[in-house]
Amino acid sequence: MEEKYIKHRYEPILPSKDEWPVVKLARERKEFVSRVSASAQDKILTLTGKNPDILKEELETTLYREKLRIKQNPWVVDPDDEGEFWGKVKAALLQINSETKLNRSKRLEAYKEILERITNRYSEEIASNFNHQHYKFTRSVVTYGFSRLLNAARVKGFKSIFSNQYTLQDKIQITGETDQLRDLATKGTIVMVPTHFSNLDSILIGWIISVLGLPPFIYGAGLNLFNISIFAYFMNALGAYKVDRRKKNLMYLETLKTYSKEAIQFGCHSLFFPGGTRSRSGMIESKLKLGLLSTAIEAQRTNYQNDINDISGKIFIVPVTINYHFVLEAPSLIKDYLSITGQERYYKENDEFSNSYKISKFLVKFFTKGSDISVSVGKAMDVLGNYVDENGDSLDKYGRKIDPRDYFISNNQITVDQQREEEYTNMLGKRIVEEFHKINRVFSSHLVAFTAFELIKLRNNKLDLFDLIRLPEEEIFLPYQEFREACEMVYERILSLKEDGQINIAPHMKRSMDEIISHGLDNVGMYHAKRPLIKNRQGDIVTEDMSLLYFYHNRLHGYGLEKLF
Amino acid sequence: MDMALKNSSKSSTIGVVGVGSFGTAIANMLAEKSEVMVYARKPEVVDEINTQSSAQGKALHASIQGTFDPETLCKECNILFFMVPSSGFQEVARKFAPFLHPYHLVIHGTKGLCLNLPEGQTLDTVKKIKRSQILTMSEVIQQETVAVRVGCLAGPNLAKELSKGQPAATVIASKYNEVIMEGQRLLRSDKFQVYGNSDIIGVELSGVLKNIIAIASGALAGLGLGENARGLLISRGMVEMAHLSNALGGSLKSVIGLAGIGDLVATCNSVDSRNFTVGYRLAKGESLTEIQASMEEVAEGVNTVKIIKGFLEAADLRAPITENLYRVLFEDLEIEEALQFLMKYPFNVDVDFV
Repeated sequence: MEEKYIKHRYEPILPSKDEWPVVKLARERKEFVSRVSASAQDKILTLTGKNPDILKEELETTLYREKLRIKQNPWVVDPDDEGEFWGKVKAALLQINSETKLNRSKRLEAYKEILERITNRYSEEIASNFNHQHYKFTRSVVTYGFSRLLNAARVKGFKSIFSNQYTLQDKIQITGETDQLRDLATKGTIVMVPTHFSNLDSILIGWIISVLGLPPFIYGAGLNLFNISIFAYFMNALGAYKVDRRKKNLMYLETLKTYSKEAIQFGCHSLFFPGGTRSRSGMIESKLKLGLLSTAIEAQRTNYQNDINDISGKIFIVPVTINYHFVLEAPSLIKDYLSITGQERYYKENDEFSNSYKISKFLVKFFTKGSDISVSVGKAMDVLGNYVDENGDSLDKYGRKIDPRDYFISNNQITVDQQREEEYTNMLGKRIVEEFHKINRVFSSHLVAFTAFELIKLRNNKLDLFDLIRLPEEEIFLPYQEFREACEMVYERILSLKEDGQINIAPHMKRSMDEIISHGLDNVGMYHAKRPLIKNRQGDIVTEDMSLLYFYHNRLHGYGLEKLF
Repeated sequence: MDMALKNSSKSSTIGVVGVGSFGTAIANMLAEKSEVMVYARKPEVVDEINTQSSAQGKALHASIQGTFDPETLCKECNILFFMVPSSGFQEVARKFAPFLHPYHLVIHGTKGLCLNLPEGQTLDTVKKIKRSQILTMSEVIQQETVAVRVGCLAGPNLAKELSKGQPAATVIASKYNEVIMEGQRLLRSDKFQVYGNSDIIGVELSGVLKNIIAIASGALAGLGLGENARGLLISRGMVEMAHLSNALGGSLKSVIGLAGIGDLVATCNSVDSRNFTVGYRLAKGESLTEIQASMEEVAEGVNTVKIIKGFLEAADLRAPITENLYRVLFEDLEIEEALQFLMKYPFNVDVDFV
């Protein structure tokens, strides 16, 4: 009955670490960084139309914003010489402005020199510091540590701590197109795009990549994570490059995108969380941040421009969904979401502060109690969202082979059309969202949370979301029978969606309805102080926290299931 | 490699699919600047094109070549104009799908809608139609083929006037600037102005929805009513178009542009419009079946009324002109009664959409 999960560790596809793109990149770090800087400069010059006045304005804006950031929002990771650097930029700008006899092209040259300094600095700052020794160490710590914890909890007795009966893979189930992923990773370049619900995701994905025998992927991690030195160590080890969300200026954003594009062209498999940040609402991301995604399309086009038309230059987009019964940060995420969407309608109570103590407590709980995680790997697509076959060739919906190069052709040659590529990025984003929904695996906990919330909403159909969430919890109860029938109804619909390939379900969903419900109730948000859904002594279904219930309910948003009620 | 070579030799030929009156007019306009190849389904029509430079009696530019082979057309041309009625659009798109590549630019000039219903269902078996089941022609192209750089041509372009070379203008709508620029390059002349619009759905819907109002306008003319009534209809029709277009995902801007108000005014005053003619003859006492049997080409508006009626049911919206026209067309309501109903309908606000 139970579906087969990947229980074994795969052989690495590239046995020698020297062949890993990320190791090669680390070896050529210096040249790579200057290449990034140079092409970022080119890009910015094109964007400013090589006009010294526009360039000057961008430089001044950047300077102003950077000075403001240093003053108002300093972080531990920030280098000490920041003030000094921007001070020099300021002086240089002032000097050019005061020299009145410079002609237009001389002025442009002078501004370009400042631009170069800035992009050099940014590229250096963004670049990852992958170190193979650290990577190996981190990987073994994660695997070893986690499986020790797990065995200690499940196998009784003192010796249990050394038992190997349970491995991490019993806990974290990997399903889907893993073979295709492994295969394509040897032939072309992979861009993995997972859903993002929890801070745990990046570590989890990093671990999965290594279980699948893939060389490490590079990914952009928020610079804030580097504030904590232990995190910084892990992040660097996993090949992370740094993304500073405080810096919104053109120079920085272009350098960042160029870094990602160049790394993909270099052949580094990459990981983007296309939702940008964790899903605040608990819904599957429906609007993606397209900035980094556009770099995959740009890299693909550049490969074609450089006449790399075979599979070695092909970029594959692989969507991945991660499903949890329990998201550690759920209470603060949903509060964020409600206060953003509800504005003054929703009053935030004091924010829960997430620290490393809490994270470790969660990890211990996670490995010692139930609550499984499943990771589904979707079908690989080209950068336009077409599925690819086992040779990596793109197929149209009738299964005909097509050449993605053709998307970039006008009048028989490859052209650079930014507006066109923006549209392509939108298209790709939509395709990824579609795939997310298809490969999403419904857990019992999602089903019960969804059904309960919709029933409560139905009973209070006069109330809007914010009033609904403020309902006193002690007044809400759902008779078990009614709840069960509603679950049955939603379940039937999910099964028919599954028939159509619109969604997937976890194996535990194949039990009887009573078992599914009790499994769901046991697991939904199981470690929260206030449980989103429980059965009380009278056998009724009650909630202790409406907003958490809403959060877990949202996981099934986007399938039109609400219409059943 | 050999594909690239082939491409370069023939890239400048422009393809036109369909040789109805609008297709012919556009082919002739294109032929003033470019090599043009037209596709027609029937071999005898292709023969007529190649030997007599005419298509079903309509004169064609001497340089225009004909073919009945979709593959030839797709190989010869990088830019294709699809000028076929909505009723056959899906079929034509499927026929071309195996030969289209992502480098093809496809621009269509069809002012109708298609349906995307589950197997075995037709327009007559479903009561309610959701937005997801309604396809504009650009959506059909994207659903059936790999072409993504898609555009549409809409505006007051009565084929008869175009073929006489009278001055006119059109809108090319596409999400891709590239498509708009190409369309302008190919069509623009001293007598033909080409505007661009990025809201392709809004432009398509404007062209589609105005056909409903055109039928109603024909009916008013058939009843012998004058300009006051027409003025009333056009402005109320405009309001209805704005609301419907908005509900179907178009932007208001396009409705008040050339493809909306421009086309609306042209068709509501023209005996050359097929949709207008349907309304006119209805009011003169003919039945819809009689009218349709004797018309050479399809009046898109009739089908549109049916689809929009289904959509109104599903979306729980009101659109008095469309609803009453539906009853006239398919439920034997007398036009006079429908008019009475509309006169009593409590519209209070003049303009409630801007």
